[in-house]
Amino acid sequence: MSDIERIKVPTMAEMMAAGEIPEILFWVGCAGSFDDRAKKITKAIVKILHNAGVKFAVLGAEESCTGDPAKRAGNEFNFQMQAMMNIQVLDGYEIKKIVTGCPHCFNTLKNEYPELGGNYEVIHHTQLIQDLIKSEKLTLKGGGGFKGKKITFHDPCYLGRANDVYEAPRSAMEKLDAELVEMKRCKQNGLCCGAGGAQMFKEAEKGDKEINVERTGDAIDTQANIIATGCPFCNTMMTDGVKHFEKEAEVKVMDVAELIASAADL
Amino acid sequence: MGISNIIFIILFIGAVVWFAFNVKKIISNIQLGRKVDRSDNTGLRWKTMIKVALGQSKMTARPVAGLLHIVVYAGFVIINLEMLEIVIDGISGSHRVFEPLLGGLYSAFINVFELLALGVLIGCVIFFIRRNILRIPRFHKAEMKTWPKSDANIILVIEILLMTAFLTMNAADTNTSGNFLVSSGLKGFLPIDENSLYLIERSCWWFHILGVLGFLNYLPYSKHFHILLAFPATYYSNLLPKGQFTNMHAVTNEVKLMFDPNADPYAAAPEPDPNAEVVRFGAKEVNDLTWKNLMDSYSCTECGRCSSECPANQTGKLLSPRKIMMDTRDRLEEFGANKGVDDGKSLLHDYITTEELRACTTCNACTQACPINLDPLSIIMEMRRYLIMEESNAPQEWNGMATNIENNGAPWQFAQADRLNWATEE
Repeated sequence: MSDIERIKVPTMAEMMAAGEIPEILFWVGCAGSFDDRAKKITKAIVKILHNAGVKFAVLGAEESCTGDPAKRAGNEFNFQMQAMMNIQVLDGYEIKKIVTGCPHCFNTLKNEYPELGGNYEVIHHTQLIQDLIKSEKLTLKGGGGFKGKKITFHDPCYLGRANDVYEAPRSAMEKLDAELVEMKRCKQNGLCCGAGGAQMFKEAEKGDKEINVERTGDAIDTQANIIATGCPFCNTMMTDGVKHFEKEAEVKVMDVAELIASAADL
Repeated sequence: MGISNIIFIILFIGAVVWFAFNVKKIISNIQLGRKVDRSDNTGLRWKTMIKVALGQSKMTARPVAGLLHIVVYAGFVIINLEMLEIVIDGISGSHRVFEPLLGGLYSAFINVFELLALGVLIGCVIFFIRRNILRIPRFHKAEMKTWPKSDANIILVIEILLMTAFLTMNAADTNTSGNFLVSSGLKGFLPIDENSLYLIERSCWWFHILGVLGFLNYLPYSKHFHILLAFPATYYSNLLPKGQFTNMHAVTNEVKLMFDPNADPYAAAPEPDPNAEVVRFGAKEVNDLTWKNLMDSYSCTECGRCSSECPANQTGKLLSPRKIMMDTRDRLEEFGANKGVDDGKSLLHDYITTEELRACTTCNACTQACPINLDPLSIIMEMRRYLIMEESNAPQEWNGMATNIENNGAPWQFAQADRLNWATEE
């Protein structure tokens, strides 16, 4: 049963009509909006926001691709058109603070929109979760039934190396009563899942191995039961990697938001 | 002043002039690059240079190679102080000019130099073994055949010979009261008659100084030029978050015009600014890259840490960030030598292929791995821009993705109106 229906997800348009201003805009992203697996992460983030009493809103049908994959592919026109349209929408609602469900949206909004006139405080959802736990707005019940479980965190490139966010996801998961184990390549030295640079949207170039298989191998080597990540694209790549090794029964790929939402019994 | 001093002075001046000439050529090649402003934030820039270049902070990410490199680097830099004495002796005909001036301190200095020389010697021998006998994989990738392979070995052999000559020279020197730490151990291997020793000492002295001058002039032809360029390369590092890719201002102007409701679509094109650079979107040729990209290419010492961390390279794709740097440098040398005459070639396609560029995941593993903060990724990105915006050269799936983004605001073919469906569906 999905309890998301009990949570009303307000749009900016509705908020504005009601004369209200949200604390934070939740930027869902394309994967979070349309990909069936990623939608579950979106819902987990919504549950966390709701439960912690954060006054938030989404753009809904007014949200559009940030332009990240276009820019990484080299299509700057496509990117800037998207950016300018999004900035008009965001500025129209006088948005000050944004939380994203995706490191690619996070990076683009945070680093690449300012030069085009869009200036916002942008955080990634793992940073928000860390803050909510720290400020005790979000409390985990016990540790969420992760006893005896091993979790390993795969650093998304656009969260980690691109923006030096390594601690937030780890510290958010500290409260879980699971054992956090690191892969041999982690943090600054983490290996890409293979999806970045718009690779997600095309066939890989010719090689002798798939990158996601190489990376999932690292994760499986840790004997972890759960591969945690903070990016819907990493999630897809790692899930496919687990399938490649036929380990679906033993190893689950979960977003940090899903782990926390489940531990908080939301 | 004897004939040998005159020969020395001529050789010394010749070596310095030739070196300066080659350095000037490299500088003017670097200046072929596009403008990029890295004059900001001088405090942080000095700090970065001191930490990363002088302090070798990123080298130790791989402890064995890192520590050995620090030994060789420190030794090489400090032993060069001894060059001052050698040059004065060479010009004036004196012998160990500082010995009477420094007294007991002199032995201490030479002892330190000898210990460092021994360190450099051992370090280089281990490097040679790692490269040629242990065959560390990153030294044997596709781009490390022919010249790059010989270049690395030539450098190591020269350093080994120079250090050996320096120590043998000290061991054979009967005109010093010093009995130095390392070289005294070599005396047993040398003949004892004064004449032979004198001959050995003079030969080593000449071999050493000519070797140093020769090595100096080898640098501009070699990857080893990094010993100089590592400093400006780190000083002018990209200080922005690694995820922030450059904004293309030429595109911004056009996009803004499209968004401007007051823009007159039938207006005559504005008078072109005669001083404006003719800009291409992205990079096809070396002079489409920034001067920092070009400086990076001369700073790269082909260690291959970038490629060994690159996810594409590790999974057998054609892309190797090190090759991107090497190709940029090789083409720049050629392009500079052409002096504006079109040779029908370009960096893109003739050196770097589409397949290499398409394999990049933009993960920044290469820029993280580089011990001197070089940035192969920005070269890759500029060339990707050229492929798409100037050649309309994209894989079919990327064309579909771009169309979807334009039409329905997502890389997939879903209607923008459905973006909130997740909130109400089971």
